[in-house]
Amino acid sequence: MSRFTASLVHLARVPIIVVLLGLLVSGCGINTIPSLEESAKAKWSDVLNQYQRRADLIPNLVETVKGYAAQERQVLEEVTNARARATQIQITPDLVNNPEAFKRFQEAQAQLSGALGRLLAVSEAYPDLKSNQNFLALQSQLEGTENRIAVARRDYIEAVRQYNTELRTFPGVIWASTLYKGNKPMETFTVAEDVKRPPTVKF
Amino acid sequence: MMRGALSLPTTAPLPRPLAGEGWGEGRYGLRRVCFAVATFFLLIAAALALDFPTLSGRVVDEANILDPAARATLTEKLADLETKTTDQLVVVTLKSLQGTSIEDFGVQLGRRWQVGQKDKNNGVLLIVVPSERQVRIEVGYGLEGTLTDAVSRLIIENAIVPRFRANDFPGGIARGVDDIISVLTGDAEEWKQRAAQRPDTVSTSPSTQSDSVWPVVIVVLIVVGVIILCFLWAGAFCEAVFQILSVISSVSGGRGSGSSGGFSGGGGSFGGGGASGRW
Repeated sequence: MSRFTASLVHLARVPIIVVLLGLLVSGCGINTIPSLEESAKAKWSDVLNQYQRRADLIPNLVETVKGYAAQERQVLEEVTNARARATQIQITPDLVNNPEAFKRFQEAQAQLSGALGRLLAVSEAYPDLKSNQNFLALQSQLEGTENRIAVARRDYIEAVRQYNTELRTFPGVIWASTLYKGNKPMETFTVAEDVKRPPTVKF
Repeated sequence: MMRGALSLPTTAPLPRPLAGEGWGEGRYGLRRVCFAVATFFLLIAAALALDFPTLSGRVVDEANILDPAARATLTEKLADLETKTTDQLVVVTLKSLQGTSIEDFGVQLGRRWQVGQKDKNNGVLLIVVPSERQVRIEVGYGLEGTLTDAVSRLIIENAIVPRFRANDFPGGIARGVDDIISVLTGDAEEWKQRAAQRPDTVSTSPSTQSDSVWPVVIVVLIVVGVIILCFLWAGAFCEAVFQILSVISSVSGGRGSGSSGGFSGGGGSFGGGGASGRW
C-alpha cells in the first residue's frame, strides 16, 4: 500500500464512523415515530378531505330535493342544521390530540350522516325525484363519498394504531420519553358512524 | 403481541379501570387501551376473514359466468387498454361476498391485487356477484376524476343492469367494459394528454412529504461512504455492493406488469371511488 492510500484510509474513517453511527441509530427506530406520525396525519387530512367533500355536496342535494319534495321540511332542515354544525367546528391541528374536541367532531359528523341517511330514505318515496338526472348524479356522488369516508376512516384508524403502539412499546417508548417528548397519542374513531345511527324511515 | 415489557406499568392498575388512570398523559386510560386492542383484533379478524381469489389474468371468472371465447375477447380489449393508456382494468366475478359489502370487498381486493400503476393509481375493477345480484365499478385514486362516481353509476344503470336483468351476463359485462374503456380513453388527443400529465395528484400527495431531514442525510452519508469504500477496495467489494444494490432495487421496484405472458397489478391503490348497483 502506498502512502497515498494509507492516508486515504485514515481520512475515510471519519465518514465511515458517521455512517455506522447513522445506521445504528436509524436501526434503533429513531425515525419510526416521526414517520408514523406523518403517515397518520396524512390519513387524517384524507378523512377531513372526504368529510369536506360531503359537506360541499349537501347544499346542492337539498336544493334538488326541495324542488320535488318541499313538504319534507323537517328532514331538509335537519340536514341543513347538521351540516352547519359539522362545518362550524374549527379544524385545528391539535384536534387529533384532544379527546373532547375529537368527540365533538365525530358526533357532529355522525349526526350529519344520520340526517343525510334519512333524507335519502325519504327521497325514495318521490318517483319524479328519483328519476331526476341531477338527483341521480348527486346521490351516486354522496354514496361514493360515504364510501370514501369509510375507507379513509379505516386507514386512519390503522395508522393511528401503529403510531400509538410505537409510542408505547419498546423501542419506541425510549425515543418517546426522550427525543419526542412532545408527541402525544392520537385520538381515533370509536364506533362506526353507520353502525351507531341507522337511518330511521318514517311512513 | 407487540407490547413489550416496558409497557407493563399501564396494565398495573388493572383492578381500577378508571379513565385517566393510565401512564403518561391522563387521557390514555386502560379502558381505551383495551378498546384499541380489541378494535385492532376485530380489524385483523375482519381482514383475515375475506378469502380473495388469485389474480390469474385480466378476467378472473370465479363465478363461472363467461365462456372461454368471451374471456379471450375481454382479455384482449383490456390488454389493449393498458398499452394505450397504462390504465389497468380487471373484470372479476365472485361466488359470494363472504358476508361483507361489495364496496368493502372491492376496495380490499383492489388493494390486495394492486391493480393500476404505482405512480398513477389508475386501476379499475368491474366486480360482478351473481349470487347477491350486485355489481360494482371500483375506481383507483388516480382515475376518480375521469371515471367519476356519477359516470360509473350511469354505466351500471344503463349498460350493465338491464342486460343482467335479462340474464345476459357476457353481454352486460362486455358492454360495461366497452363503456368504461370509452370513458377512460376519451378521444385520441385527450388520452395522450392525460397519459402525459396524470401522475397522481389526488389524495396520496400529503403522505409523501415528511419534514424529517434525517433519511436524506443518512442516504447521502451512505452513498459517500460507499464511494470511498469503492475507492479503497475497488474490484471485488464494489461488485458485491452493486450486486446487493441491484437485488434491492429489483425487489422493491420491479413489480411492473410487463413481465412476459402473465398479468399482475402494477402497485396501484384504491380509496373507495366508484359506484355500485343491483339488479
